[in-house]
Amino acid sequence: MIRAPRASLSLTPEPFQRMRNLNAQPDTARGPQQHYLQALAGGTLLLQRCTQCGLHQFPPRALCVHCSATEPGWVIPSGLGTVYSCSVVARRIEDGGDYNVVLVDLDEGVRLMSHVVNWPGISPPIGLRVCAQFESSPDGTRLVFTPVGGLQ
Amino acid sequence: MSGKYSVRGAAAIVGVATAGCGEAPGQTEMELLAQASRLALADAGLTLADVDGLATASASVPMWSMSVAEYLGLRPNYVDATMVGGSSCIGNLAPAILALQAGVCRAVLVCYGSTQRTAVMNRAALGRARRQLDPNPYEHPYAPLAPATSYALAAARHMHQYGTTRRQLAEVAVSARRWAQLNPEAFMRGPLSIEDVLAARRVSDPLGVRDCCLITDGAAAFVLTLAERARDLRQPPVYVLGSALSLSHRQISAMPDLTVTAARESGAQAYAMAGVSARDIDVVQVYDAFTINTLLFLEDLGFCAKGEGGSFVESGAIGPGGSLPVNTNGGGLSCVHPGMYGGFLTIEAVRQLRGEAGARQVSRAELALIHGNGGSLSSQATAILGTADTL
Repeated sequence: MIRAPRASLSLTPEPFQRMRNLNAQPDTARGPQQHYLQALAGGTLLLQRCTQCGLHQFPPRALCVHCSATEPGWVIPSGLGTVYSCSVVARRIEDGGDYNVVLVDLDEGVRLMSHVVNWPGISPPIGLRVCAQFESSPDGTRLVFTPVGGLQ
Repeated sequence: MSGKYSVRGAAAIVGVATAGCGEAPGQTEMELLAQASRLALADAGLTLADVDGLATASASVPMWSMSVAEYLGLRPNYVDATMVGGSSCIGNLAPAILALQAGVCRAVLVCYGSTQRTAVMNRAALGRARRQLDPNPYEHPYAPLAPATSYALAAARHMHQYGTTRRQLAEVAVSARRWAQLNPEAFMRGPLSIEDVLAARRVSDPLGVRDCCLITDGAAAFVLTLAERARDLRQPPVYVLGSALSLSHRQISAMPDLTVTAARESGAQAYAMAGVSARDIDVVQVYDAFTINTLLFLEDLGFCAKGEGGSFVESGAIGPGGSLPVNTNGGGLSCVHPGMYGGFLTIEAVRQLRGEAGARQVSRAELALIHGNGGSLSSQATAILGTADTL
């Protein structure tokens, strides 16, 4: 069975811009994955940017996939991106109904999987401009995206 | 492309067999694998005592190659347990031939078995176990269906970028079914129309259930020897003229361009090694886990231009009587699909090149292209097979 995604529309996602400055510095003694997830749990989206070559990467890694440098640095991205592709997964109404799975290209040049919330009709179009938000539930905090108007 | 080695014509597939295809209740995947292995060796006129090389992979069992070696009573000098999903059996070819050429071994058994359809631990339970053993904090929180949603995202992007339609995707399923109707071993042989495909149960848009491969039981095995030895064995040798494997990513969110697969690289290398191009190929077997796969691979392997896969298949080109016979056994969509399909499509190509394919036989089949896919369009393995006349 596929784990049900947490109900996205019944919760109020926290605005990305408001959340991102609230948290203490993440524990840098941990590896990149825990560092990233810990920041995310606290409402801050972090992205790795290599201090050598200047390129971004996702998911977080213990090296720079572009130039092999060690210890890529961290930045807080704009949170803005564009829907690259979208699929609506069919699910029975009693299990929560259909939900979308999207790939979002962040303006910094990395791609990640997420949901688009606050979009009428479930299936957001490819090219939709979106902004990162945080969605909290008893299972934790996760990154989702909300439309910011317009297609690219 | 790195490396200038070639295995062209050095070795041949000398024996093939499947076992337990469809439903094999009450049997284990190892039992099916053993049946297919014995039959493949018998096809070649060999026995287990002749096998000193082993290539095998399991979608769920760690150290599977040792379990297989123990079960079959093998003490192999050469073991390839490479697990790159459904392309594994085809990716096994070049390394096995290099080992044969180096004298590491004299006969390599490539084998796979699965009881995915009837096993007590079904796909859903396996999926849960995999998410525990191989957690992915970047994709799992969004509950993509594994693997359908990954392929659906590729299909949606292809539709957006190139105007590909659901009808064109459906044509892939209908063409596969028309081939399956000519194959008594195919699992699904009933009538299937474009409308049936479009009206089928939704899975992960734009893919419905008839855009998705079957879930069956089954085992596949084939045997490789050097060409000199192959000529003394029971069957006409099917020579490996080119073989290459490429990886581009694991999770779909890390695929650079969802409309272009690493089949471009594996295909280019295999063609270069074989000294042929797409227009020389008589029969094509590509891993059709989902209808979008066939379009992507026909494009990336040079049978049509990028973005034109939809109109290519809509013309009827890939079905029986079309200009390019593709997936002549009915494919993973209509013939057989026990988790990892690479070995099964290899065997169909061998049967076509031997002229054993009955009602679905392609006339004058001398050169076959086989292509395996694994993961989420992640691993791509291409090989060119040919009869003695193509050497």
